[in-house]
Amino acid sequence: MIKYILNRIVLSFLTLLIILSVLFMLLEFMPGSPFNDEKLKIEQKELLYKKYGLDKPIHERFVIYLKNVVVKGDFGVSYAIEKNVPVTKILKDRMPISIRLGIQALIFGTLIGIILAFISAIYKNTIWDSITTVIAIVGISIPSFVFAIGLSYYLGYKLPKLLHFSLFPLTYDIDNVFKSSILPTIALSMFVIATVARFMRTELVEVLGSEYILLAEAKGLNSKKVIFRHAFRNAVIPVITVLGPLTVGLMTGSLVIERIFTIPGIGDLLVTAISVNDFNIVIAISFFYSMFYIAVVLIVDILYGLIDPRIRIAKGEQ
Amino acid sequence: MNILPNEHKNKPFERAKKNVSSKQDVVYKELSFWKDARLRFYQNKGAVLGMIFIFIIVLFAVLGPLISSHTYKSIETDHINLPPRIPIIEKIGIFDGESDGMNVYKENNLENVYYWFGTDNLGRDIWTRVWVGTRVSLYIAILAVVIDMFIGIGYGLIAGYIGGKLDSGMQRFIEILSGIPNLVVVTLFVLVFNPGILSISLALVITGWIGMSRVVRSQVLKLKELDFILASKTLGAKTPTLLFVDLLPNIFGQVIIMSMFSIPNAIFYEAFLAFIGLGLQPPMASLGVLINDGYKSILVYPHIIATPVIVLGILMLCFNLVADGLRDALDPKMKEL
Repeated sequence: MIKYILNRIVLSFLTLLIILSVLFMLLEFMPGSPFNDEKLKIEQKELLYKKYGLDKPIHERFVIYLKNVVVKGDFGVSYAIEKNVPVTKILKDRMPISIRLGIQALIFGTLIGIILAFISAIYKNTIWDSITTVIAIVGISIPSFVFAIGLSYYLGYKLPKLLHFSLFPLTYDIDNVFKSSILPTIALSMFVIATVARFMRTELVEVLGSEYILLAEAKGLNSKKVIFRHAFRNAVIPVITVLGPLTVGLMTGSLVIERIFTIPGIGDLLVTAISVNDFNIVIAISFFYSMFYIAVVLIVDILYGLIDPRIRIAKGEQ
Repeated sequence: MNILPNEHKNKPFERAKKNVSSKQDVVYKELSFWKDARLRFYQNKGAVLGMIFIFIIVLFAVLGPLISSHTYKSIETDHINLPPRIPIIEKIGIFDGESDGMNVYKENNLENVYYWFGTDNLGRDIWTRVWVGTRVSLYIAILAVVIDMFIGIGYGLIAGYIGGKLDSGMQRFIEILSGIPNLVVVTLFVLVFNPGILSISLALVITGWIGMSRVVRSQVLKLKELDFILASKTLGAKTPTLLFVDLLPNIFGQVIIMSMFSIPNAIFYEAFLAFIGLGLQPPMASLGVLINDGYKSILVYPHIIATPVIVLGILMLCFNLVADGLRDALDPKMKEL
């Protein structure tokens, strides 16, 4: 097990290093420069290049860059969005907003998803089962930005017009962070709800049909105890494995949802940075996304090995 | 209170009552795997409905732009922001060109003009644009399947069949590749090749086949140890025969399921990128571009965004329903993805 974990950790770091190099290389060869202003003379451009170290050969720049990132955690300065401000500082202001939104959506979505899964597994093949299945498949199918647009249009715009007072602010309000994060959280969590509900339903149905549940019933436990003490615990473990795909969903979702609800997070920043060629910011955010994703996948794999003895044994045999 | 599923309602052990059916052996008619799967698929109402709607949407995507007198980029400056108006149906009171109680067509002296889905803020026909945009989504769907079929199956077959050092090397490569979030890959391609259909296609080529290759590899690893492969080898079958005649047909069920599930994902990515402005660029039309256009004026002219959103929603829903149905039909034991 320890060998397996070490192996995974080494591979994760290798992946991160490769991602960082690829990011650096590709951005080197991309068209456009941070100084696209036509008014700049060639001499002025040369001065600017010198100032930011862009005139050195590529391998030297890469070594310098790698040193800065790994040792100091320094991603350089922003070229376009906030001139000369360190990228790390810009991210520091925006990161908590995005993370908070992501975690809210994850918790809310998982809870609702588990509740839906319970309803549909317990009342299997009834109308309740069908309703939750429909909710789940709609949640998987309809893109999060469509939900976000719908929510902001109907609950943020039409409903206040009808009631003559606003329940949820249409755009992000710094003075009222929680209230303005309600609609984005719901929009972002639809995907989580649907994924968790579908996955957990299958698990629950399988567990409820297993022999140890029959045994639990046979020893005379009431059905509440059977479900919550025996079925729930075993069915909830595999849900950990969908955390990887969920993280990806939350990251892509945050890009559009932050844009629609004008939330000053890193998803919105990435989109802006791509369109204005601010490549230090693009590298930094892509790197953070990758790091986050790899960390989640790693934790899921290790956790799963620890929780489920069957997997531990299978890994040991290899 | 009984909250256990139906099959648990009865007591675990029960005396079998005497009846005729338990005394007789039931003889079932023999069914081939594919026929059985087809029957199971047809029993799934959602999947069949999804299939029908996909067929209808494909039909419209092919014919829609042809029967319209406008092209997707022809601009009519007198006809901007017109609500939908369809002949005959307008008499019932829907799609009659009214918005906020006023008939916009009559006010602008356009009595004989019909825009079935209305026009956008540049006076372009939304009907044509929606179906041209749907073509982009369908192209992406086909591309996703082709990538799955060629790269995914090829990679999985080679890794699983040859095995050994080559396999473990190929698996390390996949592990590293799958460690890179899709979003980052797409971001890079958009930066290098500029936003457009090319960068989306290339991003799909890089990451779209990983799931498929994993499934194929694990199946091949399992199957190649079985006796029928040994028998085939003893009879002198060469590698191509083993791969394409013996192995591939046995994993085809899983292959179809995997490629069906990659379709909605790919369509979503294209629409999503277009929506944030990193996909196709106007005046090109894709459903994401149209939704982005409509979103800019959603508070005043909600009809511009309505049709692309509905078409995208139905398309995604149908592909998911069909994929679900195929999974249940071809591989009932496979878990929800």
